[in-house]
Amino acid sequence: MIEFTFWDILRNLLLAARWTVLLSLAAFMGGAVVGMIVLFFRIAKNKWARRLASGYIALFQGTPLLMQLFLMFFGLPMVGLRIEPWTAAVLGLTFFASAYLAEIWRGGVDALPRGQWDAGASLGLHYLQELRLIILPQAFSITRAPTVGFLVQLIKSTALTSIIGFEELVRTSNAINNATFEPFKVYGLVALIFFVMCFPLTQYARSLEQRAAAR
Amino acid sequence: MTYSLDFGWLAGATGAIARGAATTILLIAVTTLAGTLLSILGAAGRRNGPLLLKRAIGWYVEVIRNTPFLVQLFFIFFGLPSIGVRLDPVLAAMLAMTLNMAAYTIEIVGAGLDAVPPGQTEAALALGLRPRQVFIKIVLPQALKVIYPALTSQIVIMMLESAVVSQIAVRELTYEADMLQARTFRAFETYFVVTMVYLALSIGLRRLLVGGGRRLLGAGVS
Repeated sequence: MIEFTFWDILRNLLLAARWTVLLSLAAFMGGAVVGMIVLFFRIAKNKWARRLASGYIALFQGTPLLMQLFLMFFGLPMVGLRIEPWTAAVLGLTFFASAYLAEIWRGGVDALPRGQWDAGASLGLHYLQELRLIILPQAFSITRAPTVGFLVQLIKSTALTSIIGFEELVRTSNAINNATFEPFKVYGLVALIFFVMCFPLTQYARSLEQRAAAR
Repeated sequence: MTYSLDFGWLAGATGAIARGAATTILLIAVTTLAGTLLSILGAAGRRNGPLLLKRAIGWYVEVIRNTPFLVQLFFIFFGLPSIGVRLDPVLAAMLAMTLNMAAYTIEIVGAGLDAVPPGQTEAALALGLRPRQVFIKIVLPQALKVIYPALTSQIVIMMLESAVVSQIAVRELTYEADMLQARTFRAFETYFVVTMVYLALSIGLRRLLVGGGRRLLGAGVS
């Protein structure tokens, strides 16, 4: 039997945490890109485009992320891609994130006074220019706090990819726990690592919120 | 290779799916009651308790909110037996869900308590009500009314998150889906059907809570 010292456990967990960070970043960036597309549909002038985007958002916000990951994992082979935990994890979290980000940003767009659109139009800007130059910069700026808040949620959500077999922090900790039988220590450390990643972001989101409230 | 969808197994699986859904509903019902009660106590303690209690509640909220629910669940289910507390999976799941939800709802309830004007408390005290009566009869109902929509969302989120308790072998909806797909080899179809069941549950739960809230707390609850 292999003996694990405290430092062995910690080192292995930190090595696995790299994948948690990488997955979070990939899903956040992917989610931002897809979320922008969903946002365009969600605030479009066409009624059906808006309905389609609303349905997309409701679907992802109304079903468990674990189910979305399973569907991705077992659905990808049907479109000819190989079953691979990394692909399923990134794509699953990307779509999950896109729905939430689109909804957050839509809140920002809705919060802007109607006059912003009118002013843009009176300057002779067409729809896309209005969005790019006037509406979106302001919408992003007032939704910075919830966006950072969602990043925290996304980091925590990467834990679920351990269930579809992606080797991140939680899956590694399960393996270590099976070898050491020290669940308090192992899961305590995992919780601590997640806390160290998430807490500064939570505090940052809080300070953004307070700054926004003060304005 | 073309893949053809097959839902032929569904007829024989409705019983298992219904049983799983019932367990999920039981879990969220217990969690809602226990979690709301705990968060009212927590929010009140955070405002009026001794300094040490205030700090402890503050840290509890931060720790739970900044760590994944799955890790909390494993910590409780695998960790507690090593100090001699052996929990049945269902109890461990209920405990983890309640502790998790309370951390979020303590903040929500707290915001509601802050939203009640202090004049309400002063008026009630002036009428001769005892502090506890003031809290239960005057402040709390008004606070709950303000925060009811946020509370509803949190309950639905918790219901969706309860899918992961399948990982400690609680026989809820996701667990039944795992069993079904292992038997039918129709993984995608199985999870698709169960996902739709979850969607129906979350829509139904939201409707139920909004309707129930109108009854309980009066008009103006959305």
